[in-house]
Amino acid sequence: MIPAAFDYVRAGSAEEAISLIGEYGEDAKFIAGGHSLLPLMKLRLAQPTVLVDIGRISDLSYIRDAGDHIAIGAMTRHMDVETSPVLAEHAPLLAHAASHVGDPQVRHRGTIGGSIAHSDSASDLPATTLAMGATYVAQGPGGTREIAAADFFQGFLQTALAPDELLTEIRVPKMGGAGWSFQKFNRRAQDWAIVGVAAWRRNGESGVGLVNMGSTPILATSVSAALSSGASIAEAAELAAAEADPQNDLNASPEYRVHLAKVLVRRALEQASA
Amino acid sequence: MTMTEPAASTVLGKRRLRKEDPALLTGEAKFTSDLNIPGALHLAVLRSPYAHARIRSVDVSAALQLPGVVAAYSGADLAPLWAGPMPCAWPVTADMKNPTHHPLAVSKAAYVGDGVACVLATSDAAARDALEAIEVDYEPLPAVVDLEDALSDRVVIHDELGTNRSYTWELKCEGADGQVERAFADAAYTVSEHYVHQRLIPMAMEPRAVAAVPQPFGGDITLYSSTQVPHILKVMTALTLGIPEHQMRVVAPAVGGGFGAKLNVYAEELLCTALARKHKVPVRWTEERTENTQATIHGRAQRQHIELAADADGKLTAVRVRLLADMGAYLQLVTPGIPLLGAFLYGGVYDLPVAYDFSCTSVFTTLTPTDAYRGAGRPEATYAIERAMDALADQIGIDPLELRRRNFIKKDQFPYTAMTGLVYDSGDHDAAATMAAELADYDGLRARQATQNVDGATKRLGIGVCSYFEMCGLAPSRVLASLNYSAGGWEAATVRVLPTNKIQVVTGTAPHGQGHETAWSMIVAEKMGVDPDDVDVLHSDTAIAPLGLDTYGSRSLPVGGVAIAMACDKVIDKAKKIAAHQLEANEDDLEFAGGTFSVKGTPDRSMPLAAVAFEAFTAHNLPDGLEPNLEAQVTYDPPNFSWPFGTHICVVEVDTETGDVDVLKYVAVDDCGNQVNPLIVEGQVHGGVIQGLAQALFEEAVFDEDGNPKTSTLAEYLVPAASDVPPITLGHTITPSPTNPLGVKGIGEAGTIGAAPAVINAIVDALSGLGVTDVPMPASPHTVWKTIHAAQSASSAQGVSK
Ligand SMILES: Cc1cc2nc3c(=O)[nH]c(=O)nc-3n(C[C@H](O)[C@H](O)[C@H](O)COP(=O)(O)OP(=O)(O)OC[C@H]3O[C@@H](n4cnc5c(N)ncnc54)[C@H](O)[C@@H]3O)c2cc1C
Repeated sequence: MIPAAFDYVRAGSAEEAISLIGEYGEDAKFIAGGHSLLPLMKLRLAQPTVLVDIGRISDLSYIRDAGDHIAIGAMTRHMDVETSPVLAEHAPLLAHAASHVGDPQVRHRGTIGGSIAHSDSASDLPATTLAMGATYVAQGPGGTREIAAADFFQGFLQTALAPDELLTEIRVPKMGGAGWSFQKFNRRAQDWAIVGVAAWRRNGESGVGLVNMGSTPILATSVSAALSSGASIAEAAELAAAEADPQNDLNASPEYRVHLAKVLVRRALEQASA
Repeated sequence: MTMTEPAASTVLGKRRLRKEDPALLTGEAKFTSDLNIPGALHLAVLRSPYAHARIRSVDVSAALQLPGVVAAYSGADLAPLWAGPMPCAWPVTADMKNPTHHPLAVSKAAYVGDGVACVLATSDAAARDALEAIEVDYEPLPAVVDLEDALSDRVVIHDELGTNRSYTWELKCEGADGQVERAFADAAYTVSEHYVHQRLIPMAMEPRAVAAVPQPFGGDITLYSSTQVPHILKVMTALTLGIPEHQMRVVAPAVGGGFGAKLNVYAEELLCTALARKHKVPVRWTEERTENTQATIHGRAQRQHIELAADADGKLTAVRVRLLADMGAYLQLVTPGIPLLGAFLYGGVYDLPVAYDFSCTSVFTTLTPTDAYRGAGRPEATYAIERAMDALADQIGIDPLELRRRNFIKKDQFPYTAMTGLVYDSGDHDAAATMAAELADYDGLRARQATQNVDGATKRLGIGVCSYFEMCGLAPSRVLASLNYSAGGWEAATVRVLPTNKIQVVTGTAPHGQGHETAWSMIVAEKMGVDPDDVDVLHSDTAIAPLGLDTYGSRSLPVGGVAIAMACDKVIDKAKKIAAHQLEANEDDLEFAGGTFSVKGTPDRSMPLAAVAFEAFTAHNLPDGLEPNLEAQVTYDPPNFSWPFGTHICVVEVDTETGDVDVLKYVAVDDCGNQVNPLIVEGQVHGGVIQGLAQALFEEAVFDEDGNPKTSTLAEYLVPAASDVPPITLGHTITPSPTNPLGVKGIGEAGTIGAAPAVINAIVDALSGLGVTDVPMPASPHTVWKTIHAAQSASSAQGVSK
């Protein structure tokens, strides 16, 4: 419960953060809210030698209407996502999902960028933004690039970000008029989901993201495909785990997770269609 | 004993905020690890990563080279420091097997977390870093995790014992020889049920912490510890380390919860004390959370087989119980006695003939030692009888509450001599059950259930009842003697009126969250006619409160609180002599009310206690032969246990698709006799119910087959938070205890005792239409889901449709 020794530097801007991480190299890490990184460090599962603190880069904390999408700065805290009037209007699914992250302390410290960069398949916002068809903006020494959520999550805690790239913005399409649902199944309110489902439907289109159903957040494309070819909700929900590869842990066996995914996807689609 | 309480109490029974809380809530209160102790060295303990391993060698030399490290020791290095083994104060049978247990293992580690070496360094971080440099050559041995496996002696854990079996303890009570056998043979109904009490981690909010401060020249040593038992710890530390007891002082500063887990004598207390003496500097240690889940005792861990026999009306005619109890790797302070504390309660609150057959076999495993955890034996017993009563009701086809009513000991049967020979001093089970049923709207719920739980329903309503008796207020010393417990059960109190009429109370109880300072002040205020804020309660320091037997087993109020009331009476007696002398009146003509002595019938001839106190202090004009000062001491040994009781009702809705259990309503009606402070009673019931509910739904210490703990952080060990528990509706009946002058009974463990069976009975009730007859604890969604599936495939295999 005591981390190994490390050095600490604070970045004042995105550019400075990127140059610092380049300077310290491999064993350096960004720290945003610290709510995923510090627990790993305390268990000594992560032992970075330098932490580059991006927590004070206030330029990266915003939620803006950008025409066809909403732009969210990577340093925006879960609590600000949860309570944003802009998101309430244009992307209520995301705001609602954020309200289910951990407990109020976690939501006041943790950031949307940290959650997505960390890419824990058990976290709520990676799967939710994936379901929504989000685009992530990364900035590195050579400039910025956009990465589609569908291309971002590459393996267990692995993303398309290069070590010296900073995630700066999350862009979610406006979803006004869509039906949506976020189903989080857990044992205690503050816990990660045993299985979670983020779903939306609009005019024959749909998106379904699964939380904690594999080594990455999962996009349940079979469900959406079935729906668009006229399957009933119950039929489509049976395909919930087609793309998944769920793990075994103290809370659930893989079989139980598959079963839960089917039940929760069905419930989510029913709610999104109501 | 007669009731001496004034008819209209002015303080007792009134809700009152706790005087402890401002200091606790602002951080002003000092816990052991908050103490500023200049020059203290920090202890860190290297713990075995194996559940069972021979220790071939320990090499600390690399650790000694690290910055800040002052010393490092193996178990063998420290062996000369121990005058005796770690204490077990409850040798339940003459032939009980008790492996030698030292603060650091020497030749074998017997559980993950067993200490094998230690470091002293100038900082906690340096000490913990240095642990990684210690090299231990282990020969891993097979783990023993399962109780039946332990019993088989396939792997013997403690070579010198030759077996994993610690003891078998029996209690057979029969009115006539063979009565139990005959009752089962003649029974109209019998049930035979198996239940498992999973291992639980007590998880006090404050982990343990220790600091030992020696006076190398004066010879004294002070041990600060986050303990429930400073007095017991003092005696045991003196014995184990060979320290003259009069040079040993134990202080329990603010203590953040214990739940029984701090009713012990731990390796780190002995290590800090021994090393502080050896190095002649203070030595301190603070437990980490993960360490706490391994190195602090666990609770429950029993397998039960209970059988009930009943006649055609459902009246119980005999009870037979077989227990298999998990001691863990070693016997800690009262480990072997825990099942015995339950042994007297397997008949529940029911009127039974003398036909009881109980036996408990206890075995060693390669897991953390078990010991007292809130309720200690009694939640286990209550769970068994209350689950079995539901099974019996199901078999007979009557409502479980009705079956209970038919069997309750009736109000007019008290005092009631139970089949075990113990006397239940008072009770009114029917009244508590009736109140609980009304608060829960029991009949309305049953009606709703009939319409809701139809074929194919996926949200099923369940109602669970538990009626309990709690044997607490430990305890009459003679009864403890008959159970081979090595100590008594008395409690001491001193009440001292200061010259300015402020009152000091010295108690042998050791509060760690219970609010004794408030409650004891209220007792004194009521008795002496002063404001509770004018009373100060001194405790938990053996130099200030040298006599005491500490806080556990819901004993503090019915033993320690009563001792205080009796000491007040003694002080008033003495004060009356002084007042009579001053008022030139006959002592018998004086009455004492509202803090003033007055002559009966002539109220203007009076003298307030304040004036008496000052006279007692100046001693200028006291009656001949009377000693100055107003102070009295009482040591009270209770003539009986205290017997709180009640009925809890839990209402759940089970989602059969996911296995999720939603607790819709929880009603707790508890009777703890007269209440000193209802606010504290409510807090105790809330906390207790939630801990019982946590056993039913959330918590379990999980190990893999190699004995590796899988729930070593609060992310895996699921302690429920406020958002995870239902609102609790409280009701109280008040049946004063005739045993003590305050008419009080303990309330610390009642909630824990009532809750687990009520919750599981509710879940099984919800699922009974699906063929489910039992759900193991904790009833996690996954477990409930699997249970439903197993029941359904069993019934479809038999072609039964339910
Ligand atoms: C008790 C508790 C309960 C929780 N419960 C939940 C829950 O129910 N659901 C849930 O979804 N989450 C939960 N979390 C996780 C929480 O949401 C984290 O805050 C979040 O996952 C990470 O965000 P952070 O800002 O804290 O990231 P940090 O911990 O600071 O960083 C995480 C990782 O991402 C990297 N990183 C951070 N920001 C960037 C960036 N802008 N660009 C590139 N790399 C970056 C860091 O280098 C690090 O490797 C919980 C956390 C705790 C402590």
